[in-house]
Amino acid sequence: MAALEEEFTLSAVHLGAGPDGLLGVEPSDRADQFLVTDGGRSVVLYKLSAEVYRIYSTQGTEPIVLFKEGAVRGLEALLAEPQQKIESVISEEEVIRWTKIFMILRHPILLFITEKHETYFAYVQTVHSHTLSKYTLVLGEEKALIQSFTASMDRKLISLITLCSDGSVYEALIPTHPSDPEKTQRVVRSLLLKGIVSGNARNGAAVATLDQDHVAVLGPAPEASKECLSIWNTKFQTLQTSKELPQGTSGQLWYYGEILFMLHGKFLTVIPYKCEVSSLAGALGKLKHNQDQGTQAVTRFVSWETSQECFQNSEQSKRILRRRKSEMSIQPEAPASKQLLSSIKKDSEKHIEVELRKFLATKRTPGCHAVIGDIVTGLLGRSKAEPLFYPRNCLAQLIQTCALSYSLCPGLMEVALEKKDVQILQLCLQHFPDIPESATCACLKLFLSISDSSLKEADVHMESVSASSDGAPEERMEQQPGAVENGSSPAEADCAAAANGRPPGTREESASSPVLPKRAALLNAVLHSAYSETFLVPHLKDIPAQHVTLFLRYLYFLYLKCNENATMTLPGIHPPTLNQIMDWICLLLDANFTVVVMIPEAKRLLLSLYKFVKSQISICSELNKIEISFRELQKLNQEKNNRGLYSIEVLELF
Amino acid sequence: MLAAEGGMGEFKVHRVRFFNYVPSGIRCVAYNNQSNRLAVSRTDGTVEIYNLSANYFQEKFFPGNESRSTEALCWAKEQRLFSAGLNGEIIEYDLQTLSIKYAMDAFGGPIWSMAASPSGSQLLVGCEDGSVKLFQITPDKIQFERNFDRQKNRILSLSWHPSGTHIAAGSIDYISVFDVKSGSVTHKMHVDRQYMGVSKRKCIIWGVAFLSDGTVVSVDSAGKVQFWDSATGTLVKSHLVANADVQSIAISDQEDSLVVGTAEGTVFHFQLVSVTSNSIEKQWVRTKPFQHHTHDVRTVAHSPTALISGGTDTHLVIRPLMEKVEVKNYDAALRKITFPHRRLISCSKKKQLLLFQFAHHLELWQLGSTVATGRNGDTLPLSKNADHLLHLKAKGPENIICSCISPCGSWMAYSTASRFFLYRLKYERGNISLQRVSKMPAFLHSALQILFSEDSTKLFVASNQGSLHIIRLLDGSFKHLHTFPSLSGTVESMCLLAVSPDGNWLAASGTSAGVHVYSIKLLKLHCTVPAYNFPVTALAIAPNTNNLVIAHSDQQVFEYSIPDKQYTEWSRALQKQGFHHLWLQRDTPITHISFHPKRPMHILLHDAYMFCIIDKSLPLPNDKTLLYNPIPPTNESDVIRRRTAHAFKISKLYKPLLFMDLLDERTLVAVERPLDDIIAQLPPPIKKKKFGT
Repeated sequence: MAALEEEFTLSAVHLGAGPDGLLGVEPSDRADQFLVTDGGRSVVLYKLSAEVYRIYSTQGTEPIVLFKEGAVRGLEALLAEPQQKIESVISEEEVIRWTKIFMILRHPILLFITEKHETYFAYVQTVHSHTLSKYTLVLGEEKALIQSFTASMDRKLISLITLCSDGSVYEALIPTHPSDPEKTQRVVRSLLLKGIVSGNARNGAAVATLDQDHVAVLGPAPEASKECLSIWNTKFQTLQTSKELPQGTSGQLWYYGEILFMLHGKFLTVIPYKCEVSSLAGALGKLKHNQDQGTQAVTRFVSWETSQECFQNSEQSKRILRRRKSEMSIQPEAPASKQLLSSIKKDSEKHIEVELRKFLATKRTPGCHAVIGDIVTGLLGRSKAEPLFYPRNCLAQLIQTCALSYSLCPGLMEVALEKKDVQILQLCLQHFPDIPESATCACLKLFLSISDSSLKEADVHMESVSASSDGAPEERMEQQPGAVENGSSPAEADCAAAANGRPPGTREESASSPVLPKRAALLNAVLHSAYSETFLVPHLKDIPAQHVTLFLRYLYFLYLKCNENATMTLPGIHPPTLNQIMDWICLLLDANFTVVVMIPEAKRLLLSLYKFVKSQISICSELNKIEISFRELQKLNQEKNNRGLYSIEVLELF
Repeated sequence: MLAAEGGMGEFKVHRVRFFNYVPSGIRCVAYNNQSNRLAVSRTDGTVEIYNLSANYFQEKFFPGNESRSTEALCWAKEQRLFSAGLNGEIIEYDLQTLSIKYAMDAFGGPIWSMAASPSGSQLLVGCEDGSVKLFQITPDKIQFERNFDRQKNRILSLSWHPSGTHIAAGSIDYISVFDVKSGSVTHKMHVDRQYMGVSKRKCIIWGVAFLSDGTVVSVDSAGKVQFWDSATGTLVKSHLVANADVQSIAISDQEDSLVVGTAEGTVFHFQLVSVTSNSIEKQWVRTKPFQHHTHDVRTVAHSPTALISGGTDTHLVIRPLMEKVEVKNYDAALRKITFPHRRLISCSKKKQLLLFQFAHHLELWQLGSTVATGRNGDTLPLSKNADHLLHLKAKGPENIICSCISPCGSWMAYSTASRFFLYRLKYERGNISLQRVSKMPAFLHSALQILFSEDSTKLFVASNQGSLHIIRLLDGSFKHLHTFPSLSGTVESMCLLAVSPDGNWLAASGTSAGVHVYSIKLLKLHCTVPAYNFPVTALAIAPNTNNLVIAHSDQQVFEYSIPDKQYTEWSRALQKQGFHHLWLQRDTPITHISFHPKRPMHILLHDAYMFCIIDKSLPLPNDKTLLYNPIPPTNESDVIRRRTAHAFKISKLYKPLLFMDLLDERTLVAVERPLDDIIAQLPPPIKKKKFGT
C-alpha cells in the first residue's frame, strides 16, 4: 500500500518569487541532497547565437543542451566550436512545453513536448545516434488542454502521462526506437483515470509518475476547492492516499527516489512517499498474512484476475483490458445501459428495476464495470436529491454483480449507513474487497446498536450463523439484549463464582448466543472483512462501552462454540474462523480496555477471558517444562553411553 | 578363550574417540543430470563429486583453501564444473587431474551467485557491487562478455529462464528480471519486508527459480516462498513456511516439483498438482515437509528422483521421491552422508601411533596400554593413557590433501595442493623431535596419495598428473628411484595405493579406470585388473599370497592374485554365489582393508557402521542365513554353531567407525567419531518452541 509520510518544509526561504515560479528540483549524486533552482535567485546565461531552452546534466555523460528551436548538442562539442550553426528543428509558433531526459544503457534520450495551436507534438532525440523522431499526440474527441506532463521509461517504451484540464489522466506510449524515424507518427493516448482533479485549477495541476502503478496528482479535488496531493493506483484505479494543502500550491510537482517536492504556500515542502506494489491486497491496504493456507478465508482478497473474470473470460492481458475499459467508458455505451441511465433520473423505482434486470441480462462487455459504477452513482445521486427514493433492490442486485468496489462508489455505504440498511451493508461487506477500516467500524457500530424490531424486518443472509444458535427460542432472545443493556446483570454473584474456581457462567454462555441470529449474521460479516490493525484500532475506540461488552460476549460465545469440537471450527457454511475470533477479541480489548475494565457488566466476561488466557499460559509453560525434562533425560542417557575419549576393551568375535 | 575353538578369537580393542574431526558445513550442491553426479562445496572451500549412479560414492574431491570460499557452484556444458566465491574469483575445476584449471577475477567484488545458461554455454555471476556479469564459456576458458544493468545491492541469487532470454536476480528487498539481450531490467518485484507482523530492516532474496511459463519463485529471509508473474511483476501466491530464513530453492527439470530449505533445518517439497481431480488447471501446493537437518539448510538440489539437501549440520541428505523410484529397492531409502569416503587416519603399528589428518593440521597420538585381561565386553584398566605427541600446523591457506605415517613411525609426509612435506621423527627418552626433509625434488609438489612400504624404506607418491613416484628413504635423506608415467596418455589421477608387505608389488587405482599393478623390482607395469563398472573404494595386498583385495562402491569385494594375474578361486566362488543382500544394502563404502599376520585366510575390512573379518575357510552365507549375529552361542551345541557359522564375522559395536586396523595378532585399534560430539561443536541450531507463542 502507498502512504505519504510526514511532510517537512525546507528552510524558511521564500521560493518561487521569480516570474516563472520555482524552476526545478533535481537530484544530485547524494541521496539526501537535491538541487533547487529558483527563478528569483539564479543568473545563468549562455550567450550563443541561438537561445538555450535548458541544459541537462546526467551522471556519466556530458551535459546536453536543448535549444529553444529544438536542436540538441553536447555541451563539450558546443564549447569546442561556439560559432557553429544551430539548426531549427521545430516549426515556427511551436513552443517547447515540457522536456525530460532518460538514460538507456548509459545513452541519454531526450523527450520534449511542443505545442502549436493546441496541437501537441512529442520529439524523441537519441543523443548519441542523432536520430530524432516526431510524434503527434492525438487527443481524441475532447479538446482539453494539457496541464501537466510526466513520463517514465520501461525498456522500449516511454510512457507519457498527461493531466488535462478536464481533470483526467491519460497515458500515451512512445517508442524509444522508432520504426520509421523519417515520418511523423501518431500516438494515441488512453484514459487512465477520469475526473480526478477539478477542471478550474487556479494555479494548474500537476502529475508525477511514482512507479509503474502509481501516480501522484497535485491539484484541487473535483468537488472541493482545496488543493491536495493524492496518490492513485492506475492499475486498480484506486485512490491510495491524499493530503490537503490548504495554503495552495504552484501546480508544480517533482518526484525523486521516494520523495515528493512541491511548493506549499511560499515554501518548498518535502513529503517522503512509500509504496509497495505487486499485489491487489497491497494496493488496497489490506495486506495481511494468511497463516493457514487453503482455507476459504483466502477468497476474501479477491484477486484482480478473478474480479475481471466476472465479466469476461478472454485471455487478454490485464493491461489491454484496462485500456479498453477506459476507452469504452468514453464511447457511447450499449443502448440498454443508456436507457437505464436515463430512466434512473426520472422513473419510478419499479421501472428502474425492470430496466436494470434488462441491463443485467445483456452480455457483459468489458466496459460494463464502469457503467455499473455510473448506474450506482446515478441512483445515489437521485436518492440524495429525493429523500424518499431509495432503490434497495436495485442496489442489492448491483452489489451482487461483483463489479463494484468501495472505491468505485464510496457514497453507497455512506447512504446505507444513513438509512440503517443493514441488508445492503452486509452485502457490501461480503462483496467489496476494499472497504476502509472507518467504514467497517461504522457498520459494526450500526450492527451493535440497531434495535431488535428493525432487525426483524431486515432480510439478512444467515448462512454464516450455525443452525444450533439460530434455533434458539424467541423469548430468550427478547430477554438477552435487555439484560445487557439495562446493566443489571448479577455480576457480583458471578465474580464470587469465579473466585471459587468454577468457570463462571460457562454453561449458560456456551448454550445461548448473547445476540439475535440476525445480528450474529451481520457481526460475522464484519468478522470476515479484511482490515489493517493500525487503522482499525482508533475507530474501535469510538464504540460505546455496552456495545463493546455485547460484542465481546458474542465473540466469547463463538470461541466457546469453537471449543466444542476437535477441529476448533464453527458449524455452518461460511462461519468465522477461530483466528478471526481471537484477533477481534484482542483488537477490542486493545482499543477499549480501560473502558471495559470499569464496567461492572464486563467484569464477568473479563474474568473468564483472563482465566482462559492464564490457563493457556500455564498449559504452555507446563508443556515447555516437560520438553526440557525430556531433554535432560536424553542428556543423562547419552552420558551413560558415553565412555570417555579412550578405552581398551575386550572383544570376542564368534 | 582360544582361537582354535572355532571363533575369530579374542581381541584387545583400543577404542579411540579423541579424533576431534568436524566436517565443514555444506554450502552448495549442484546436480548434473547427464552424468548423474553431484558436486558439493563446503564452507572451507572443498569441492566433492559424488557419483549417484555408483551408490552415492564420493569419487573425487578438490581440497579447500582458507582464502577461497565457494558461494556458488554450477555445471556447464560438457560437464565442466565452475565455482565462485567471496574472493571474487570464478574457478574452473579439472575433473581429470583433480586440480584447479584456472581462477579468474570477475572484478565485481565478492561473488554471491552464479548460474550457467540453459544451453550451458554462458555463465552468469552476481556480485557484491550489484553487477550481474555475463561470461562466454570457450573451449578452454571463460571470457567476459558484458555487464547487465547495475543494481543497488548485492545479487544473492540468479536463475535463467529455460529459454535463455531472461534471467531473474534476487537482491535485497527486490527481485529484478533482466532481458539477456539488452541487459536491462524489465521488472522489479519488491518483496514485502513484513516478518510475522514485524517490519524487518531487510528482506534478503536467498534464492530464485525462473520457470518456463514466466513464473519466478523466490525464497527470502522473511520465511516466505513466493510465486511471481514476471510478465506483470505481480505477486501471485505467497507461502509462509518458516519463522526463519528460507535459504535455498531448487526445481525439477519437468518444473512440476520444487524443494526449499529453511534455516530451521526443514526441507519443504512443493508440487504442481491439479486443482481438482480431472481439471487442467494446476496449482503449486506445499506437499511434504522433511526434517532431516538440525541446522540451516543452505542448499538444495532436485535430481529426477530425489531431493538433495545440505547445510551447516554437515550432512548431505539424499531423499528419494518414492513416486519417482521405479523399483522399490534399497535405492529408495534415505541417504545421509556425513563422513568423507576416504581415510583421514594412518597408523604406525610398530610404535602404536595414530596420525590424524585435519583440514589445516596433523595430530600424532600414541596409544595407551594395559596389562590386565578380561572377558568379552570388559573395559580394562589403563596402565598408560593415550598421549598427544605432536600437533603440526600446515603452512599457508591450503587444506591438507593426504597424509601418512610410516609403519616404523620414523617418517611422516603430507601434501597440500602446491607443496609436499616429508618429516623425519626421532624419539629420545619419551621426547619426540621433528625434522623436515628439505630440498624435495621439484616434481614432488602435490600428491593425491602417499604410502610408505612395510619396511619404511620406500615412499610412494601418486601425483595429480597420473604419474607415480618411488623414493628411497635413507637415514635422514632420500633418493628418487623411479617414476611410472601415467598410462597410455591418460592424465587420470591415481587416488588409492597399496603396496605388498614384501615390497615387490604396488597397486594403484584411479577414479574410473581399473587397478594397475606395478612390479617394483622390475620397475614396470605388471598387469591391469579387468575393468569394473564401479569405482574402487579400498585396496590392499595380502602378505605371502600377494592377493590383491579390492572393494568397490557397489559393495562388491574381489580377490585377485597378482602372481597369477587372475581372480582367485575364492573370489570366483563368491561372485558365483553372490553377496548376502544385507551386505549389498550397506550405504557406506569400505574405506580400509587389512590382513591378519598369522591367519592368511582372514581379511579385515570396515565401513562407517561395521567392521568385518572374512574367514575364507568358512562357507559363504546365502540370503537365508543370518548375516549379522552378535549374540554369543552360549547354550547351543557345537553342531548348530557350525551349521550357522559363515565366512562373514561382523561387529557393529563401533560406530561411526572412521578407521580400524590390526596392530598385532591380538590387538585392534578402532577410531570412532560419535555424531553427538560433532553436533556439540556446531553452533546451536535455531530453537523452535514447540508450545505456546
